[in-house]
Amino acid sequence: MQTVKMVVTGPFNAGKTEFIRSVSEIDVVSTERRISSESERVKETTTVAMDFGRITVDNDLVLYLFGTPGQKRFDFMWEILSEGMLGFVVMVDSTRPETFREARSILETFRAYAPTPYVVTANKQDKPDAWDLDDMRIALRLSAKVKLLPCVAVDRDVVKTVLLELLYSILAEMDEEKST
Amino acid sequence: MALKGNLRDFTITQLLNLIHLAQKTGTLVVESPNQAAYVSFREGRLAYAQIGREDIGLATILFQTHRISGTQHRLIKERAAQMSDKELGLLLINASYINQQDILSSLQTHFTGVVQRLFTWADGFFRFENNLLPPDGKIMVRVNLENIILDGTRKLREFEHLQDEIPSLDMALKFVERPGANIRNLSLSADEWRVVSFISPKNSIRQIAKATKKNDLEIRRIVYALLQAGLVELIRPAGAPPLPMMQRQVAQQGNKEEQRSLINRIIRRIRSL
Repeated sequence: MQTVKMVVTGPFNAGKTEFIRSVSEIDVVSTERRISSESERVKETTTVAMDFGRITVDNDLVLYLFGTPGQKRFDFMWEILSEGMLGFVVMVDSTRPETFREARSILETFRAYAPTPYVVTANKQDKPDAWDLDDMRIALRLSAKVKLLPCVAVDRDVVKTVLLELLYSILAEMDEEKST
Repeated sequence: MALKGNLRDFTITQLLNLIHLAQKTGTLVVESPNQAAYVSFREGRLAYAQIGREDIGLATILFQTHRISGTQHRLIKERAAQMSDKELGLLLINASYINQQDILSSLQTHFTGVVQRLFTWADGFFRFENNLLPPDGKIMVRVNLENIILDGTRKLREFEHLQDEIPSLDMALKFVERPGANIRNLSLSADEWRVVSFISPKNSIRQIAKATKKNDLEIRRIVYALLQAGLVELIRPAGAPPLPMMQRQVAQQGNKEEQRSLINRIIRRIRSL
């Protein structure tokens, strides 16, 4: 049995756990704990080690989705999780611009760990105070060639689209490598 | 109880606060992995400061703070090399080269600068030697610590912010490939140009800092400005050994066609979900 993995990363409360939960065929193995920090108490629990979802592709191949912990004090996990990944998704909460700088920093850290293809998703686009994608692209300092995709992490179809876009990017990179 | 410990547990801000509030007299010795600093206080006020063992002396401080010219500096070094700072100060005042206020103000600027640099030291052992003061020939000042602490705290916050933005100095930089962007048309400072001249996927930021003689805060400031302007991006240095757990699994799983097939299988599966 062959296994491959993709990583879903992003700042605290960006929606990584919901994203994986939307497409995983197993209940997400989540290592959530009650939040101790007052400043981060915008939700009751958070991921402290990793989320873990699975999609069985066929008899010989399984795709694992790993969600990284969002709180900075667990960033020692990032390098471990980035080992051998096909690509990664950076999730950003469109309604919390105060997290954009951290999202950018996480993106650069992951790119340094592994120069694999990635996409950025603007989550919570269904919320009235969500930032526009164009504004987010500027705030996140993303070049035009980086895919910034609208997302609602609890919507399975949207999550599928994000994963497919990442896979298309992986294929495109393979084509580029082939032509050079 | 001896005042000693590690900056990881007790920061420079906390130390200065303590010295200020307890009105301490003595010398704080801080030994980081690369250098040492000696900062003396009288009754909780900054009196003297020096980084490293090398004492640069009054003449050099006056030159650095533009109180005397390069020629005057050279002449003093030649003719008054054996004089103590106090003797030299008196000589310069009596010869009407400079007044007492100029000397004290130059020393205050220099000593304050030394302490400000300490705020970026995150690691190192410290100890406070009670009642130990610089030798008699040195000129001491009396600078209140409140403003130094406030200013240092601001710098520390800036440093922390820059550390978030640039998590590792072992990364390299490369110019962003953007049609129409021409770095020659930008107005950069001399320091920024110096850094720009070293930008290459082969050079880590740490190496650039060393080559341009910049400390962590200074190099992060410049790199941050270049990143903000969208001129450069962070990358792993070319030729750097791969991190032990970084190899792409897909690369180990057969040839390109197999990899394509694998990705296409995942695509088909996700479409069918």
